[in-house]
Amino acid sequence: MTDTSRRNFLKLTGGTVGAAMLPFLKTMPAQAQSNSRIVVVSGQTINSLDLHRTGTNRASYQVAVNCYDRLVSFGTKEAPGGGFSYDYSVIEPELAESWTISDDGLTMTFKIKSDATFWDGRKVTAMDVKWSFDRAVSAGGFPTVQMKAGGLERPEQFEAVDEETFVIKLDKPSKLTLPDLAVPVPFIINAEIAKANATDDDPWAMEYLHTTPAGSGAFKVVRWDQGQQLVYERNDAWTGGALPSFEQVIVREVPSPATRRALIERGDVQMSFNIPNKDASELDTMDGVDVYSTPIENCIHCLCPNFSFEPFQDANVRKALAYAIPYEAIFQTAAYGRGAPMWGGEAEINDIAWPRKSPYMTDMAKAKEHMAASGFASGFEVPLSISLGLADWMEPTALLMQEAFAEIGIKAEVEKIPGANWRSAALVEKRLPLHLENFGGWLNTPDYYFFWAYKNGHLFNSSNYLNEEIEQLVDNTLHIPMDDPAYAPNIKRMFEIAFEDLPRIPLWQPALNVAMNGAAGYEFWFHRQLDVRPLTIATS
Amino acid sequence: MNARSRMILGRVAQAIPVIMGVVVISFLLTRALPGDPAAYFAGPAADEASIAEIREALGLDKPLIQQFFFYVGDLATGDLGTSLTTGQTVMSDLAARLPASLELTLVALILSCAIAIPLGVLAATRPGTWVDHLCRVLVTAGVSMPTFFTGIVLIYVFYYLAGIAPSPLGRLDFIYLSPPHITGFYLIDATIAGDWETWFGALKQLVLPATTLALFTLAPIARMTRAAMLSALSSDFIRTARAAGLGSRKVLFGYAFRNALLPVVTTLGMVFSFTLGANVLVEKVFAWPGIGSYAVEALVVSDYAAVQGFVLAMALLFVVLNLIIDIAYALIDPRIGLN
Repeated sequence: MTDTSRRNFLKLTGGTVGAAMLPFLKTMPAQAQSNSRIVVVSGQTINSLDLHRTGTNRASYQVAVNCYDRLVSFGTKEAPGGGFSYDYSVIEPELAESWTISDDGLTMTFKIKSDATFWDGRKVTAMDVKWSFDRAVSAGGFPTVQMKAGGLERPEQFEAVDEETFVIKLDKPSKLTLPDLAVPVPFIINAEIAKANATDDDPWAMEYLHTTPAGSGAFKVVRWDQGQQLVYERNDAWTGGALPSFEQVIVREVPSPATRRALIERGDVQMSFNIPNKDASELDTMDGVDVYSTPIENCIHCLCPNFSFEPFQDANVRKALAYAIPYEAIFQTAAYGRGAPMWGGEAEINDIAWPRKSPYMTDMAKAKEHMAASGFASGFEVPLSISLGLADWMEPTALLMQEAFAEIGIKAEVEKIPGANWRSAALVEKRLPLHLENFGGWLNTPDYYFFWAYKNGHLFNSSNYLNEEIEQLVDNTLHIPMDDPAYAPNIKRMFEIAFEDLPRIPLWQPALNVAMNGAAGYEFWFHRQLDVRPLTIATS
Repeated sequence: MNARSRMILGRVAQAIPVIMGVVVISFLLTRALPGDPAAYFAGPAADEASIAEIREALGLDKPLIQQFFFYVGDLATGDLGTSLTTGQTVMSDLAARLPASLELTLVALILSCAIAIPLGVLAATRPGTWVDHLCRVLVTAGVSMPTFFTGIVLIYVFYYLAGIAPSPLGRLDFIYLSPPHITGFYLIDATIAGDWETWFGALKQLVLPATTLALFTLAPIARMTRAAMLSALSSDFIRTARAAGLGSRKVLFGYAFRNALLPVVTTLGMVFSFTLGANVLVEKVFAWPGIGSYAVEALVVSDYAAVQGFVLAMALLFVVLNLIIDIAYALIDPRIGLN
C-alpha cells in the first residue's frame, strides 16, 4: 500500500482492470455504471486506515467496517425514510460461527469460522482475535473507551483457548457487551503480519497498519491517496457475509457540496454520502436520484441550559425556554424537515421508545407564565453558544431561538465558537451557559444515552446536571438485560425526570442523508459511515 | 565565482534570518491559537484520561520552550512532524500538495498573462477604443466575481448543463492513474513517462479551475500592463525615439514594452504569491488536493505541525520567488546590476 505507483496498482488490481482501461477511457459514464465498479463521493477526508490509531477521524471508521471483520455484526431491517438500516436487536455472526454465554453471564465463548481466512490466505485464529482485542483495550483514546462501554478493559479478560475458540471473561454481566463487539472498534487484525511489522517503540504496529490494512474483510484497500481517494477491491474469499456485488469501490473526496451535487445529478458518480439537508430535500423531488434520509438512532439535537449558570438552576426558567422554542420553524429552516420532530409528545410516558418527543411545544403564553413564576421575571442576558464547525444547523437554530427568547425577556447573544475549541469549551470544561448539543450513542439503548448525557461529570452532560436519582437509575439499569423486569420501569422513570428537569431540551432527531443515482442497497449504520458491502447496482 | 552566483548566494544568506524568524513566529502563533488539539483528536467519546494520554503522546504536556527545542531539533534533521488531520508526515503532504497548487497556479498565471499582457498593451496603444473598453469590462468582472462563484458558475455551465467539461473530481478523473511521482506536476510527470492519455486527462481537469483563477488574476496584470504602457508611451525617451524615426514596432516593443515590464513583473510576483494562498476556495470547489485547503483545514483543528510546515514551505517559496523576480529585473533592465 505504501507503494501506490501506477505499475504496482495495476499489478494489485489484476489484469481485468488494466485491460478494461483503454476502451474505458472514452466511455466513462457508461462503464462507471457497469456491474464491476461504483464511485462514491464524500465531503469528509480519511486520515488513517487504522481506527485504533491516535487521531483517526470519523470518516476513517469506514475502513474498519469494510476491510475488517468483527466477531459479530448486527442484522438488517427496513429503515424509516427508505432503504435499510442495521438492526440493533439482531446479532449475526461475522467471523464467529457461533457463541455461547455462561449462565452467570460472565463467560462468553466464541467459535471462529473454520473457513475464515485473511487476505494473505492464512486461517483466522483465536490468537489473532486475542491480539486484536488486546490492542483495542491497550491503544488508549477512543477505542479503549468504547471497549470499556462493553465491560472489556484488560487483556487478561481475553483468552485464545485453541485455534478456533476464543473466550471473554467479564467482571459483571452486561447487555452491552455483545453489541459492543459489533461496533467498528473490536475488528480482527492479521496478527502475524502486524507483529512482523511491530517495533519496540510501536508494539501494536500502529505505523504499519495506519497505511496498510491487514484483515479478512470484504474489501481490500488497493490505493489510498490521502485527501483524494480510497480505492477498495473485493476480497472474493470473504466469509463474513454475502459476497458484495461490486468488485471495485472508489471513494472520492469532494469538499464542496455544490460540486458533489452536480456530480450525483449528472450520474457520473453513483452515490453521494452524507449530503446537506437542503440538497436532500431538493434532490428528493428529482427523477433518477434516490435520497435516503435515515433518522440517526439514539441521537438528538438539544438545547442545553447549564446548571452552573444561576438563572438555569430555576426549573421555571428552563421550562420557559422549552415552551418558547419555535420548534417547527427551526425544524423546517435548519433541517429542511429531514429527521424526526422531538416536541409535542404525550405528557404521560407509556413506553420506552427513544428518542422520544418531549411533552413541550411552542406555547408563548405558558413560557411567559413560567418566566413570571420564576425568580428571574425581569429577564436576563445569556450568551447562546454554537460551534462554527456545526454552523449549518446550529446557526439558523440559534437565530430563531434568539428571536423567541427575546419575547420572554431572555436576551440571548449568539456566540460562535471555532470548531477546534468547541469540544473543550462545551464538553470538557462545560462552561457554556446556554448552548446547542448533538450527542448520539452508538449502542442503541436509552440508558446508554443517559449514561453519557445525563450522568454528572460525563462527557456529554454539558449542562453540569446532577440528579441523585438519575445517577442511581443509570447505574442500576445500564448493564441489566432489556427483558429484566426492572428495565422498563427504570427507563420510564429516567424519561420522567429528564423531561421534568430539562437539562437537555430536545429539538429534533437529525437524519443522515445519502443520495444514490444508479445504485441501490444502501444500509444505514449507527456509526454514520459508509458501508460499501451491501451496495448493488440499481435494478430499475 | 562570477557576479551572478555571488549575488544569488548573498540573497540566500539574507534569507536565513527571515526563515529563522518564520520558524519562531509560526511556532508561537500556532500555540497562541485557542483550541486544544488533544481534546479534538481524542474523539467524540474520550474521557479526561484518554485526552491526557493523547496530550502526552503529542508532547503537548511539556513546557513550551522544550516543545520548541524538540521542534527545532526535528527541523534540523528535516523532520517536519506528522499532521493529525491527514495522518501523513507533513513532508509527504507538502510533497503531494504543493506541486498540485503550483501546477494549478502556474497554468492559471500563464493563461492569464497570455490574455492580460496583450490586452493591456492593446488597450494602452488604443485608449478609448473598443479594446480599451473590453479590457475594462474584463478587469472589472474579474475582480468583482469571487473565485468560488466563478468556479461554480463554470461547473454549472460547462459540466452540468453542457457536459463538455470533465467531472470536477480533482487532478485526475478516477479512470486515470496518477503518473509516477517525479516532480509532482502531473503534466510534467506524464510527459516524462510518455503517457499522453494521462497528460490529456490531467490537462482536461486543469481547464476549469485554471480558467477560474485566470479570470481572477487577469485584472491586476492587465491593469498594470495598461498603466505601465501608458506611462512609458508618454515618456520623453519614446518621443525621442519616435522623433529619431525608429519604426513603431521597435518603439513599442524595444523601448516602451521593455520599460513597462518592470512593474508588470513586480505585480506578477505579488499575484502569484496571493493566488497560491488564496485559491483555497477554488481548491474546494474543484476538489483540488492543494496546499491552501490543507492549511485551512489544519488551522481549523489546531494541527500545529501541518500549519508550521505550511508556513515554512511558503516562506521558502517566497524567498525563491523573490530571487527569481530580482534576476528577472536584472535581465529586463540593464541598469539594475546583479550586485
